Amino acid sequence: MFSAFRIIVARDLLLAMRRRSDVLTTLFFFVIVVSLFPLGIGPELNTLRLIAPGVFWVAALLASMLALEKLFFVDYQDGSLEQMLLAPQPLSVLVLGKVLAHWLVTGLPLVLLSPLLGLQYDLSTATIAVMMFTLLIGTPALSLIGAIGAALTLGIRGGGVLVSLLVLPLYIPVLIFGAGAVEAEASGLGGAGHLSMLGAILLLSALAAPLATAAALRISAE
Amino acid sequence: MLEVVNLQCTRGDRCLFSGIGFTVGEGELLYLYGHNGSGKTTLMRTLCGLVAPTDGEVCWKDLPIRKQRDEYAAELLYLGHKNGLKDDLTGVENLLVACRLAGVSVKEDKAWSVLERMGLRGHEDLPARVLSQGQQKRVALARLLLSEAPLWVLDEPFVGLDVAAVALLEAVLAEHVARGGMVVLTTHQEVALTSGKVKKLRLGWKEDGCV
Repeated sequence: MFSAFRIIVARDLLLAMRRRSDVLTTLFFFVIVVSLFPLGIGPELNTLRLIAPGVFWVAALLASMLALEKLFFVDYQDGSLEQMLLAPQPLSVLVLGKVLAHWLVTGLPLVLLSPLLGLQYDLSTATIAVMMFTLLIGTPALSLIGAIGAALTLGIRGGGVLVSLLVLPLYIPVLIFGAGAVEAEASGLGGAGHLSMLGAILLLSALAAPLATAAALRISAE
Repeated sequence: MLEVVNLQCTRGDRCLFSGIGFTVGEGELLYLYGHNGSGKTTLMRTLCGLVAPTDGEVCWKDLPIRKQRDEYAAELLYLGHKNGLKDDLTGVENLLVACRLAGVSVKEDKAWSVLERMGLRGHEDLPARVLSQGQQKRVALARLLLSEAPLWVLDEPFVGLDVAAVALLEAVLAEHVARGGMVVLTTHQEVALTSGKVKKLRLGWKEDGCV
């Protein structure tokens, strides 16, 4: 079972390496959206500090959304999804592998780049650290939840728009607790409660989302 | 043994086929034929469990396949219209991933030699996207040579193959049947399958030769 997980992760990482443009689009999208706000608002540091958590999190949400479309679609098109459905391992394990690989190439780069972007918003080192941590535990949850929507809209014409409508409402809790943790920390209240909630969302989605995604894939592939 | 009992499949309000029943035992080959749109591919996908039948049951070793999905999957090899190849992976990588995912552990040099037997010498390490359609099909079919599964379900395996590859595939099928394997396949061309017991099943309402 673990070997199938490893094979899928290795295969998808190799494919991402061979086709880097897909990875870079998501990353640059995030960078550009986050950078537009300081340019538009101007050098008002207080305002920028105030809106930074929200802007970062909304940009992360949209970037994650953008990358979702490709998650299962290529596999569906070339027939390798059929082979995954017929593999003798539980489909949810393969799904988890795919989501992990997807997060490593689309989610993790955002987390690693966020401190640099945080400088544009005049954030303190402590705030940047909290922001990075929330993104680190929040973006995998986004990928996991988004996978359900991607699987449900597979093979539907205009699925890209539909997936946004399906998934964005489900992202709201992650947005609230992710941005909330950074704000609470910056205002000196301490973000421990928010972070615990974010961790709980991650655990819950790691348990439930692969099962739901697997079920959705079986329906979509029929 | 694969046993199909009273299988029915409806798409929307259109009945594709109903009352289908047959068995495929060890060393037998079932040859499905019928006009375009007669439901061959849907029947194949139902046999694999990719499509749920509206009525009836597919049984493997006397148990319904929906009750033993993982066990059945380990004994089944399905090749559909889509080859299941990744454009950006080479032939060898594709073959290795496909086999390992199906639970067959394969060494890399074994994969190279199998692709050579499939007539792809010199093309093993090219990405699949630059291969011709026939060559892609050959890479997909190379899995048959490494498979340990007793049941092969092949949807149009001869499409896009040249004369030499057709002969090779016939030999591989005959070898598998002679070993006691089972094959279910669809094809539109006449294929000489001499060894083992060959069964035929016609789908659809049109007689042979009608348009």
